[in-house]
Amino acid sequence: MKPSDRVDRVPPSGIRRFFELAEEADDVISLGVGEPDFSAPWAAREAGITSLEQGRTSYTANRGRRELRERIQRKLREYDLEYSADDEIIVTTGVSEALDVGIRALVNPGDTVAVPDPSYVSYRPTVEFADAEPLAVPTSMDDEFRLSYETLQEAGAEDADALVMCYPNNPTGAIMPEDDLREVAEFARDHDVTVLSDEVYADLTYDGDHTSIASLEGMRERTVVFNGFSKAYAMTGMRLGYAAAPPEVVSAMNRVHQYTMLSAPTTAQYMAIEALDSCNADVEEMRREFDRRRNFVLARLEEIGLDCFTAKGAFYVFPESPWEDDGEFAEALLEEEGVAVVPGNVFGESGEGHLRMSYATGMEDLKEAMDRLDSFV
Amino acid sequence: MDKLHRDLVDLLSKDARQSTEDLARMTDSTAEEVEEAIDELEEDGVLLGYQAVVDWTEVTDDHVEAYVEVNVALDRETDYTDVSERIQSYPEVQRLTLVSGNYDFGLVIQGDSMNEVSRFVSDKIAVIPEITQTVTHFVMETYKDRGVEFGDGDDDERLSVSP
Ligand SMILES: Cc1ncc(COP(=O)(O)O)c(C=O)c1O
Repeated sequence: MKPSDRVDRVPPSGIRRFFELAEEADDVISLGVGEPDFSAPWAAREAGITSLEQGRTSYTANRGRRELRERIQRKLREYDLEYSADDEIIVTTGVSEALDVGIRALVNPGDTVAVPDPSYVSYRPTVEFADAEPLAVPTSMDDEFRLSYETLQEAGAEDADALVMCYPNNPTGAIMPEDDLREVAEFARDHDVTVLSDEVYADLTYDGDHTSIASLEGMRERTVVFNGFSKAYAMTGMRLGYAAAPPEVVSAMNRVHQYTMLSAPTTAQYMAIEALDSCNADVEEMRREFDRRRNFVLARLEEIGLDCFTAKGAFYVFPESPWEDDGEFAEALLEEEGVAVVPGNVFGESGEGHLRMSYATGMEDLKEAMDRLDSFV
Repeated sequence: MDKLHRDLVDLLSKDARQSTEDLARMTDSTAEEVEEAIDELEEDGVLLGYQAVVDWTEVTDDHVEAYVEVNVALDRETDYTDVSERIQSYPEVQRLTLVSGNYDFGLVIQGDSMNEVSRFVSDKIAVIPEITQTVTHFVMETYKDRGVEFGDGDDDERLSVSP
C-alpha cells in the first residue's frame, strides 16, 4: 500500500534519528529529553488509582468531565483569562490533539499558517496534515527568539490566516513579556490573523508570571489558548490537555474531536481534577528545582564559553553550537562524550547553529554532562 | 531571610554535600557570597549540622532504632525544659521532641541491640522522677527518612531523546 501524498510530503522528525543514535550509544547522559524527570504529584496519581478502583473506566462527555472544565475555568483565571466551563473549554488528549483539532477546525485547505522558527517540531506537520501551508517566521538569538511586529512583517505573515506560537518556548526557553506580546497582538488585529497560543509551559517561568496573549485587548475573540498537564504537572504519559476559545471555535473543535477522539482519557481526567485542586505546592517545588538547574546550566555554559541568552521559561536552554554544523557537533558529542543534546536544525532553519539542552535531568547528571561538554569543547 | 539564604537552606537541607561553586551556580550568585551566607546561617544557629542519611541495614546487622513515647508529670518547680535537659545529653538519644497528643516527649533512640535499647530506656529514662510512663516501639523497617526514599529507586523510563 502506498501512503497518501499528505503523509508523504511530511518528512520524519529529525528528533527520531537522534533518538536512535542515542539509544545505540553506551553510558549516555541525555539532555535531549522533552519531558520532566519527575513523576506526577502523588496526590494526582492516587486520585487516578482511586478512580480505577471505583471502576471509572467509561467514556466521559466529549468536552471532558464537567468538574474538570470548572477547575480549568478557575485555573485560567490565574492568567487573567475568563472562559466558561459550559461552552468555551474542551479537554483533549494532550495539547497535541488540541492543536491538531484546533488547526483542522479553523484552517482551510490552502490557508497559510505562520509558524515561528525555530519551534516545536509538531506545528509544521500538523499544519501540513490539515492541507494548509506553514510559513516560517525566523526568530534569532539577538531578539532572544521573540516575535515582533517587524519579524512577522518581514516574514510576510500579514497574509497568513493563522499564527501558531509557543511561549515559554520549546526549543529555546524564550518567553514573551507583556510588552512584546502587545506587538504580536497588534499585528494579529491589524491583519486579522487568528492566534493559536500553545501555553503548555506557562507555569514554568522563572522571571515573573506568564502573560497570555488572549488576555490582551481585542485578542480573546481571535485567540485559541492551549494548555495541559504534561509539563508543569509532570503528566506527559497521561495524555491530557485542553483548549479555551470562544464558543463557536470550541464547538467546531468539538465536531472534529467527537468523531476522531470521542473523549480524552478518563483516568487522566480524574488525575487532573486532583492536580488542579491540590497540587500547586508540587508544581511550585518542581518549578524551583528547574530554576536552580537553569541557573546552574547557564552558569556552566558561560564558564565553558558557549554563547547563550538567558532562557527564562520551559526547561530548555538553546546555546550556540561550538561548531558551525550543529548536527555534526551533536553527533560528535554523543559519540565522544556520551552526552545527548538535540541539534537546533531539527526545529527549523533558524535553529541551525544552536543546540537544545534540556535540564529536565537530575542535578548529578547535569553536573557530569556539563563537565563532559567542557572537556570536549 | 533574604532569597539567597533561604535558597541555601532549601538546597542544603536536601543535599548538604554540594560544592560551594555549584551552590553559587544554582543560586545565580558568587562562591564568595555563598560562603559568607553559609557562615552567617551557621553563626545564627540556622544550620546546626550536616549529616548523611544512612541505610544502616547495609552497614551492619547490629543497629537498632526505637521510638519512645514518654509521659511526664510536672510540678511548680519543674517544667518540660528541665526534663528535656536530663534526657537530651545521652548520646543514645538521636532526637527529642515535645509533642501534642497522648504523650509528652517523643524520642528516637539508637543502639546496637534491642536489649541495649530496652535497658537504656528502663535504666536511664524511666527512672527520671518526673517521668510517669514510657512506651517503646522498635523500628522494624525504614522506607523513607528525611525525605529520602530507601530501596533502589525507579529507573528512568523516559525516551532518551524526545521532542
Ligand atoms: C511546545 C509543546 N507543545 C505541546 C507539546 C505536547 O504536549 P502534550 O503532551 O500535552 O500533547 C509539547 C511536548 O513536548 C511541547 O513541547
